[in-house]
Amino acid sequence: MEPINKIESVLTPLDKNNVDTDQIISKEFLKRIERTGFGEYLFYHWRYNADGTKNEEFVLNDPRYDGSTILVAHDNFGCGSSREHAPWAILDYGFRVVIAPSFADIFYSNCFKNGILPIRLSVAEIDEFLQKGKEAPYTLTVSLEDQTVTGEDGSVYSFDIDPYSKKMLLNGWDEISLTFQYEDKITEYEQKHA
Amino acid sequence: MAKTIIEKIWDEHIVYEEEGKPDLLYIDLHLIHEVTSPQAFEGLRLANRKVRRPDLCFATMDHNVPTKNLPVINDPIAKKQITTLEKNCKEFGIQLADMQHPDQGIVHIIGPELGLTQPGKTIVCGDSHTSTHGAFGAIAFGIGTSEVEHVLSTQTLWQSKPKTMEIRVTGKIGFGVTAKDIILAIISKFGIGVGTGHIVEYTGEAIRGLTMEERMTICNMSIEAGAKAGLIGPDETTINYLRGRRYAPQGEEFEAAAERWLALNTDEDAEYDQVLEIDADEIEPFVTWGTNPSMGSGISANIPTSADYVSETEKSALRSALEYMGLEEGMALTDIEIQHAFIGSCTNARLSDLEAAAKVVKGKHVHPTVTAIVVPGSRTVKKQAEEIGLDKIFTDAGFEWRESGCSMCLAMNDDVVPAGERCASTSNRNFEGRQGAGSRTHLVSPSMAAAAALHGHFVDVRKIEAAVQI
Repeated sequence: MEPINKIESVLTPLDKNNVDTDQIISKEFLKRIERTGFGEYLFYHWRYNADGTKNEEFVLNDPRYDGSTILVAHDNFGCGSSREHAPWAILDYGFRVVIAPSFADIFYSNCFKNGILPIRLSVAEIDEFLQKGKEAPYTLTVSLEDQTVTGEDGSVYSFDIDPYSKKMLLNGWDEISLTFQYEDKITEYEQKHA
Repeated sequence: MAKTIIEKIWDEHIVYEEEGKPDLLYIDLHLIHEVTSPQAFEGLRLANRKVRRPDLCFATMDHNVPTKNLPVINDPIAKKQITTLEKNCKEFGIQLADMQHPDQGIVHIIGPELGLTQPGKTIVCGDSHTSTHGAFGAIAFGIGTSEVEHVLSTQTLWQSKPKTMEIRVTGKIGFGVTAKDIILAIISKFGIGVGTGHIVEYTGEAIRGLTMEERMTICNMSIEAGAKAGLIGPDETTINYLRGRRYAPQGEEFEAAAERWLALNTDEDAEYDQVLEIDADEIEPFVTWGTNPSMGSGISANIPTSADYVSETEKSALRSALEYMGLEEGMALTDIEIQHAFIGSCTNARLSDLEAAAKVVKGKHVHPTVTAIVVPGSRTVKKQAEEIGLDKIFTDAGFEWRESGCSMCLAMNDDVVPAGERCASTSNRNFEGRQGAGSRTHLVSPSMAAAAALHGHFVDVRKIEAAVQI
């Protein structure tokens, strides 16, 4: 997993609430047996019309946001299915940070396993970012180390993250290797409960 | 200190705890299916790791499997996932109920059926509807594929202790109202994000009165309220269901286990982080009209109008949902015409669900404009249903009688609702495109789906069932 700390990018404003993982990656693309290659299918049915042409209205097809690595959306992002294909698609497309007022639990946890930083900010702060981002390309600077998001105008917003997840992301650690350090505890537990 | 059942099970499973870290939690049962596991097994191979406790894993195939013309799988990529699971289970020594196996079925139906699901266990699966198993008083939750790999190699997970929530369902459900209507009413009243960060315990008179199969329907949709898991404390109903099941303890061991299980129940003076309450007497048969499970109403209601909402985000969510669904604000739910009816899924494909639907359709016929299918949740359910003649009732009425699998709940297989068409579905999600690109899903109970199939539009099943009773 690639470590993450400072990210500076134009934000992509996804002006929707309750974005579910079925929308993030539709079921017809879940049949691959690899972790990569899902980016081209991200938000597929919003990006493309039924006839396969691009839906020009959809934000990911707006060239102003090309190359953006920060996605901003409303409440309850990533609800529904546990499919990790959703964060895989987000990462493969190029996003490293998702900012929303709230996230569904499984999606939130899946992000950390893949080097994506999910940031919770207040509804008012998100509304402000979405507003600015929709009017004109708006750059945010994210620092995981400092737990801050800085706007173009210099205003700084701080966010909470649990210290364990922070450390994992900053170092890009493989959680399984880490857990093996506790193998004797696991064995002990198993013996006690056998 | 007084504890909830949630805290009792959690604390019992802590392998290691340290300030500033999540708890390292032991996992008692790991259920596996073909869609969310291939990358996890591949990860093990790449790192040269093995499965720590293959004996605590159980695998089946459900998402991709065809429900007719078995065993032919037309989709080559789906077929690859199926054969990959076969290969992985063989290589790592995991028990598999494959497509030909008599135990095959939707993973959340067969776990309880086989007695693998038991009170007090921690149960995970790479599938959000793992919450189903909470009906037995277990902590059961869906995980991503990285976590599947973590459990395979360590039999543990790092988990921050969730908050606790009680959802108390007081009173009694009325005639024609089902467990599906209770959970849809809960999600509609409190919202799809209400449970985020929480494990829910469902309590109250209405819950106690439910059978195990009905309790599974309730817990199954906990995730649609955003909850990490949902559970119901074990009681005599739970014990009676489990007695004699293949993987449950047997004989004296069972009686000892039953005693332990009953002691898991929430202490009288334990406190939850949050308590919500809903009155079962006021719940009607439910129909969803929107694009998430909270967008639903009792059958006698009309679709809301934007004037019913305060915030601009909610108003716009309503408009965009109705545009997708091809419906109008203020429309009566009974005026919505359907082209498909689907009775199946991990929410509502157990024997009692099929019986409830069969009762409505017996001696009648599916409306000429409707295509209706029944997909039993497991091969066992299918066999039991056939033994009591349910298949005949359905096929005589014009329903198709299929093999078990996830089928049209998520349309990863051949069972798809075409774009622009509408389905009365006993499944759990009505998200855009869930049952096929452009498909429109209305979530209902099995008897409501059956009634809609007969009439070509939604009807209040209480009126039909009342007639049947006479």
